[in-house]
Amino acid sequence: MIYQIIWFALWGLLWAVYFMLDGFDLGAGILHPFVAKTDEEKRIVINTLGPVWDGNEVWLITAGGATFAAFPTTYAYMFSYLYTPLLILLFALIFRGVSFEFRGKKDSPAWKKGWDIAIFAGSLIPALLFGVAFGNIFAGLPIDEQGYHGSLAYLLNPYGILTGILFVLLFINHGALWLSIKTTGDLSKRARSIAVKIWPLLVAVAVLFLIFSAFKTHLYDNYIKNPVWFIVPAIAVLSLLSIFVLIKNSPVKAFFASCITILTVIFTGIIGLYPNLIPSNIDPKYSLTAFNSSSSTYTLKIMTLVVIMFVPIVIFYQIWTYKIFKDPVTPEDLKDPETEAY
Amino acid sequence: MDVVALSRLQFALTAMFHFIFVPLTLGLSILVAIMETLYVKTNNEMYLRMTKFWGKLFLINFALGVVTGITMEFQFGMNWAEYSRYVGDIFGAPLAIEATVAFFLESTFLGIWIFGWKKISKRAHAFAIWMVAIGSNLSALWILIANAWMQNPVGYVLRNGRAEMVDFVAVVFSSYAIFKFLHQILAGYIVGSFFVMGVSAYHLLKQANVEFFKKSFKIAALFALIVSFAEFFIGDWHAHEVAKVQPTKLAAMESLWETQKGAPIYLFTIPNEAKEENLIEILPLPKLLSFLAYHDFNAEVKGLKAFPKEERPPVMPVFLSFRLMVVLGTLFMLLALLAYYYSKKDVLLDKQWFLKIMLYMIPIPYIANFLGWIVAEVGRQPWIVYGLMKTSDGVSKSVTIDQVWFSLIGFTLFYGLLGIIDIYLITKYAKKGPKLTEAKQKVIQASTVSA
Repeated sequence: MIYQIIWFALWGLLWAVYFMLDGFDLGAGILHPFVAKTDEEKRIVINTLGPVWDGNEVWLITAGGATFAAFPTTYAYMFSYLYTPLLILLFALIFRGVSFEFRGKKDSPAWKKGWDIAIFAGSLIPALLFGVAFGNIFAGLPIDEQGYHGSLAYLLNPYGILTGILFVLLFINHGALWLSIKTTGDLSKRARSIAVKIWPLLVAVAVLFLIFSAFKTHLYDNYIKNPVWFIVPAIAVLSLLSIFVLIKNSPVKAFFASCITILTVIFTGIIGLYPNLIPSNIDPKYSLTAFNSSSSTYTLKIMTLVVIMFVPIVIFYQIWTYKIFKDPVTPEDLKDPETEAY
Repeated sequence: MDVVALSRLQFALTAMFHFIFVPLTLGLSILVAIMETLYVKTNNEMYLRMTKFWGKLFLINFALGVVTGITMEFQFGMNWAEYSRYVGDIFGAPLAIEATVAFFLESTFLGIWIFGWKKISKRAHAFAIWMVAIGSNLSALWILIANAWMQNPVGYVLRNGRAEMVDFVAVVFSSYAIFKFLHQILAGYIVGSFFVMGVSAYHLLKQANVEFFKKSFKIAALFALIVSFAEFFIGDWHAHEVAKVQPTKLAAMESLWETQKGAPIYLFTIPNEAKEENLIEILPLPKLLSFLAYHDFNAEVKGLKAFPKEERPPVMPVFLSFRLMVVLGTLFMLLALLAYYYSKKDVLLDKQWFLKIMLYMIPIPYIANFLGWIVAEVGRQPWIVYGLMKTSDGVSKSVTIDQVWFSLIGFTLFYGLLGIIDIYLITKYAKKGPKLTEAKQKVIQASTVSA
């Protein structure tokens, strides 16, 4: 029992950390054609992500791998039910990954323009689809004993799309804050003003999301049963509001507030879902839960040991990376022939 | 074709494409790490240039290796949901551990390595590439532990309608996994060293940056010599292991139909699957198969006819791939020996014919790697988990044939495009050669002369 609960929490945590980290590089990827005016500025934006995006994306692979190891039945059914959207997501992530590496490898405007589009689309599509996927998971999927009855069109219901837009706006805001602290001069100012402009929109969509969740999902049931959990969405709301105040004086603090916002938004959903990983909206009997879809206790124990031993090390060297590259990227950084840059 | 056939085709296609990049990543990461270590130790500018030049080729290759790896993780759930559900309790663990222990290491330190040239000390920078190399090799270890379990399931019981793990240590330290891992990383090292020798040969033929590429060639030749001979012995042990746990695969590898004691190896054989016999068998080496399989000249080797027809793998592809792989492995040993000898005598430039051979050898170790996987994976059929679950039972139930057609066509077009771009970029940067100013060339030449 206890191991299933631990792994349910870890499952949520892995997704939350993934969105917190990859969120800013997805956001910056969406923004880069708009915030950067020249090729040099585009390169600066891409180079703020260069040292970290790959490490960030591994949290997604780990979230996937942990689902496979800890909740194999959920993994199997989630990936086969959501075949087509996941395929589109996969193509987008592949395109995005290679664009960073390939864009600077040839001096041709058409070549670079092509990869710019790939970075933009490869960042927007995952942000949107992850939101749509989570929205649908919150609302439940039509599952009965025969399996899943839905299609790609089914997933694009208003609540799914609303959650998708919420994710996109969260990440754009997150990415804009990242760029405002990781770049200098006009570019930084432009990034900051985008964050300021996008914020009211984000708040409006977040409010809509909270309201619609009451009608379209059972997320609030757990909160009503145990009101102490309300502290998590409360922190989400407070940190979201604080971004607006902080951004004027300290964009760094605003960025951290945005990190907390993303973590707590995801956890708001995860707490509401418990113990379901994928609820059925036809009959709760067929919901995939932490208890009916998990691995054996033996496997969960081994995996827990692995996490306790290795995740602290991972966190340690990832923080080290952020420390090494804490300075903003400047135009001079790109000109030095002895320094690698995208 | 049905969903099973299409899903198999898609898995083969995406795995093979992923596998264009993996062996070079394994081998080249180690070679670049060695070069950078030499730079830290000697302070010779040429080793720095070598690290950067080969490092750039490594990066172009690495990018595609990583992104096509995500496909593999997704596909287990997307196309093989019944398999994932049935064995996830065991199979998921090494995959999750791979991400946690290896993939983070490799990706995080790669970021540090690419962008950290001026931000951290020389030593810390060399440390970063070693972490990338170790991460890549650890990644191979965990994936091959997972794969070895499909070949030789151990440490489990059947319970609650699935296979559940009862002995993690048995899964991780299965001798099948260890030999498979060693066999594969050595194959990757062979790809890496022949890649470096081949690209160096190209420049030596053109007499460009001669000192630089002679040195690169020499490092790779020594590495190739060690790993290709090591591969000979590990390959033998791995085959020995296959004989023990996968008798049908061994029989298919040798196209052996009748069970016999003191089984010979025929140097030339043409199998005829329909008639369950060999059309031609000539030049027998008596008792050799028994010896290779069991290290005993008189051991009994089971023939294919000892197994029901529906449990035999397709003989022809397995048999041919195995033969050709062994021939190529022998060729690598000979060429590595020559390469090391010529570069040690410093007569490479006089051996134009040899440099040409080495240039055209670049793709051949890749082919040997593919052949190895055909032996391993086609040889495992019709089982997805050997002796435990049939491939046809592992496929996703909720996935329709249209969906798989759609994804298969998508992968083909998309991977085709990426493959072309990647080959274009690698060729472009490989041909371009290292960035050396004239002044630096002279410094390098002076320092090599004095060394």
